Amino acid sequence: MNLITRPFILIGDAVIQWLELIGGAGYLFVDAARSVHVALFGKRGRRLGWDSLWAQMVRVGVRSIPIVSLVVFCIGAILAFQMAPILRDYGALERVADIIAVAMFRELGPIMSAIVLTGFAGASIAAEIGTMVVSEEIEALEAQAISPIRFLVVPRILSTTAMMVCLAVIGDIMGVTGGMLVSRGFLGIGMLQYVHHTFDNIKMQDFITGLVKAGCFGTIISTLACHLGLGVTGGAQGVGVATTRTVVLTIVALILVDLMFTGVFYFLGW
Amino acid sequence: MSDVAIQVRDVTKKYDNRVILDAIGLDVQEAETLVILGGSGSGKSTLLRLMIGNIIPDAGTILSLGKDLCAMTPRQLADYRRSIGVLFQSGALFNSMTVFDNVALPIREHTDVPEETISIMVKIKLELVGLRQHADKMPSELSGGMKKRAGLARALALDPKVLFYDEPSAGLDPVTSAEIDQLIIDLNEKLGVTTVVVTHEMDSAFRIADRMVLLDRGKFIVSGSPDEMRNSKDPLVRQFVHGLTEGPLTDRRRAGGYESDLLAEDI
Ligand SMILES: Nc1ncnc2c1ncn2[C@@H]1O[C@H](COP(=O)(O)OP(=O)(O)O)[C@@H](O)[C@H]1O
Ligand SMILES: [Mg+2]
Repeated sequence: MNLITRPFILIGDAVIQWLELIGGAGYLFVDAARSVHVALFGKRGRRLGWDSLWAQMVRVGVRSIPIVSLVVFCIGAILAFQMAPILRDYGALERVADIIAVAMFRELGPIMSAIVLTGFAGASIAAEIGTMVVSEEIEALEAQAISPIRFLVVPRILSTTAMMVCLAVIGDIMGVTGGMLVSRGFLGIGMLQYVHHTFDNIKMQDFITGLVKAGCFGTIISTLACHLGLGVTGGAQGVGVATTRTVVLTIVALILVDLMFTGVFYFLGW
Repeated sequence: MSDVAIQVRDVTKKYDNRVILDAIGLDVQEAETLVILGGSGSGKSTLLRLMIGNIIPDAGTILSLGKDLCAMTPRQLADYRRSIGVLFQSGALFNSMTVFDNVALPIREHTDVPEETISIMVKIKLELVGLRQHADKMPSELSGGMKKRAGLARALALDPKVLFYDEPSAGLDPVTSAEIDQLIIDLNEKLGVTTVVVTHEMDSAFRIADRMVLLDRGKFIVSGSPDEMRNSKDPLVRQFVHGLTEGPLTDRRRAGGYESDLLAEDI
């Protein structure tokens, strides 16, 4: 490899890796989608049962609520401080509420919650499934004619997706609250006035597009984590590698998909 | 009663162009206990995975219980797997479930029997392996030997016709290992299941085997009764069976091109 070809080779490798990742995860997702109906409505022994789904959601999601709340609350507060001087120059200080509302509901609530959930759920799913690969549990499932996809992947995708939507709602509320408290405490905007501005300017569309994005983020987080977890090779060390890769690759994937969504929504005028 | 349960014909398996199994052939008779011997990395687990349909060969055919494993639809493969039981090297229990639920899992998955019946079936299987008192424990609370017993109870859950064991005594102390061996013998006699055991532990192999084969560098070297193996004149068999430090296995390693290894530019 000399100095001229080297960058091309590295870029080529990266592109191939990403294509492999997208292909593999996409394939897994299609497989999972095919067995969702058995997992939810199949015969008794194969059905997941709502309690086990609920248990997954609690395990994955509830632990991340405090951190999501804290992070998005702070982002709301930060935005309020940063917007204030500019808006004051325009004599429209109370519009802080509008900006924060739109930014939170459309963008920051879902994406910040998703990034936090990547650290919690993505990492733990990848580590858990990777450990199962290493300890031959996946092979044991296959040898007993039990589909690991239906048994392990489907409940994780379903619960992470559902939990992600809930987290986004919590994030939205916490973000607006953060902005509101700063506005009240330091910018002299009354609570009532702030709330009025928020609800006057926020459209149902803002809220819904945010939640649709959140749902997709949840699916991406869990699908990538399952895919990378199932691909573990090389023992305990492989589990560590897969966990790190999951967090890094998922965050990059989330941002790229977010950009795509936002572009599409913009051109559709939503 | 000497029908062939499993026929392996000219099976070749490669990983990344490295030949692991090289056109091997093997017959497993119904109700016998066949032990497949071989050093670590000789491809024993790979052969086992081929026989349970977890991987497919690059060439050759495997007929098991009268069906061609390489030409099966997913549904046929699932049916086949319901008629076999596998004990993996580490036991491979599902760590998030109790011992009871581990054993109940395949029954719940593949049958419609009511929960009370499942409970009885599971207790019978656990009693067979001597774990009935430990049904409510989590796998992490079990010792190595108990994990293997629990894995065995799970393998027995659907009354398999063939039982596969991957290194059943690996990582166990001699006494526990002998107990597991006795269990393998008992199950083979009581239930009449065809038994295939993969191992490199000679003591264990001689205790349980009706017949043994030795796998080396992707080929079967010899096949015979325990006595024939013990008295074999083949230097390689002698070295392996008696654990000698001098012989073809160690010579080969010594002649492994040390010089060219040192001087190699690329690895
Ligand atoms: N999935 C795999 N990918 C690449 N190589 C493998 C894979 N599984 C096994 N091998 C290689 O095949 C050889 C035989 O492995 P295995 O059947 O596990 O041996 P044994 O069980 O006799 O110790 C080893 O050298 C191992 O590195
Ligand atoms: Mg092995």
